[in-house]
Amino acid sequence: MNAQILLEFAINVLSMGSLYALISLGLVFVFGICKLVNYAYGEFITVSAYVLYFLGVFTGLPWLLVFLFGILAGVAVGFFSELVAFRPFRERSLDALLVTSFAVSVILQRLFQLGISPRSKAVPVPAFFNMNIQILGVITPLRNLLIIGTTVVLLTVLVLIMKYTTLGVAMRGASENFVTARLMGVPANLMISVAFIISGFLAGVVAIFWSARTGSVEPMMGGTPLLIGFIAVVIGGMHSLPGSVVGGYVYAFISNVLSLTLPSSLLSFRDAFMFAIVIAFLVLKPEGLLRGNYQEERVG
Amino acid sequence: MNNNTILQVSDLYVAYGSIQALHGVCMEVHKGELVSICGVNGAGKSTVLKAIAGVLKPRSGSIRFKGKEVAGSKPEQLHKMGMALVPEGRDIFPSLTVEENLRIGAFGRRLDKSYAADLEDLFSLFPILKERYHQAGGLLSGGEQQMLAIARGLISNPDLLMLDEPSLGLSPALVDQIFELIIELKSRNITILLVEQNAQRALGIADRAYLFSNGRIEYSGRPQELMDNVDITSVYLGGQNGGDV
Repeated sequence: MNAQILLEFAINVLSMGSLYALISLGLVFVFGICKLVNYAYGEFITVSAYVLYFLGVFTGLPWLLVFLFGILAGVAVGFFSELVAFRPFRERSLDALLVTSFAVSVILQRLFQLGISPRSKAVPVPAFFNMNIQILGVITPLRNLLIIGTTVVLLTVLVLIMKYTTLGVAMRGASENFVTARLMGVPANLMISVAFIISGFLAGVVAIFWSARTGSVEPMMGGTPLLIGFIAVVIGGMHSLPGSVVGGYVYAFISNVLSLTLPSSLLSFRDAFMFAIVIAFLVLKPEGLLRGNYQEERVG
Repeated sequence: MNNNTILQVSDLYVAYGSIQALHGVCMEVHKGELVSICGVNGAGKSTVLKAIAGVLKPRSGSIRFKGKEVAGSKPEQLHKMGMALVPEGRDIFPSLTVEENLRIGAFGRRLDKSYAADLEDLFSLFPILKERYHQAGGLLSGGEQQMLAIARGLISNPDLLMLDEPSLGLSPALVDQIFELIIELKSRNITILLVEQNAQRALGIADRAYLFSNGRIEYSGRPQELMDNVDITSVYLGGQNGGDV
């Protein structure tokens, strides 16, 4: 019985944490290269979710293709928003970029409201996503296991790219010192485009599992994952890709522990407890759990 | 300008916001030369390197590299054309290994046999880098980091190697080592533009030198003429020990 509760807890933490890890990773990829906190990231997810909705409802495409196009939509909106909105302001200041990201976010939200509908739309989900699976007596929907597996595969691929390809090594270098990387011949535009493409890709994957969980898409839906991403990043560390992943899982762990341990009268204040923990992190450990690559030079 | 001129800077003006840093600098570097830029802190030495390398956009003036006008070009384009700047303070990538640092230095190069051969060649110059090949750059000592920074500049086989204060913050023994290395690079016919506060040492090895003061070139010529004509102990050269102002 105890083992069963533990397993259920583990599956909950891992599935939720996997989703949160992908969310925050998408934020940190762009932040690492551009030092931009991209407020429009939530809308990248929304765009993907709308594509899932339209293709799922109005075409008979097989679900694998629907997912693929959903992810491609995320990639496209990441790539083009950088090209159209961020690139012209990049040489100005970081503040200009930040305001631009607010603008992109609001413009996209209004476009969804005016062009599609202010109401939420049901996103069709392949039946096997919600099929219940029994593992050692614990019943859980299959999508919870799918997100864990997807995240493991994606993280492995990303680690291999970042570690072993010249592009990945250059991206890590550029996130530590952008100007020096350019002096070594690493093109600024390429680095930033790739960062936005990866960010958009992750937003697309997140959109699949997010809309499968909520079952719907609406113009303002991007706000919640964005907030989750920020919290995970505060916990894990803004300057480190592994940190953002760790932050996602730690957030899920804390959130699940709160759900289990809080008395039912306090349960509706779970988010308030979560925010209190985030504030504690900001005060006590502002650099996050993983500090990233800010080393001082040794004297010698 | 003759065929031998690899870099020609004319009437270069650079400003940081409203503060003028360079006032009409003219200088040139010929193939195979070791040219040294001296002057006190704030004289505009690093600024001119940054402008040449594309990190700073000039207000006006011309920079010709290998016969092409390059003022205002991006650093990555200039690197591709054959410039390499070893920045002040080394600026190695601390969490990347020595191998990865070098690999970024070789960005745009195929990692083929010729790369491997160049790497072996670099290891003969910097044996310590072979030893530390898989260690994070941030774990190296200051001297080792400087070696790595120079190696990272060399791995692209640049036509012009610019060194910004390579001896800064190093112990006297390491400073000796760095200067020996620069002499070795010069003997290999590598064109070098060297910015140094340690003017005595820099003038000792340079073919020609420019003396900067307040964003202008105060004097240019052979090091010996420079030392004869300018009061060496004056503020320009920073006294006997050069260096730390």
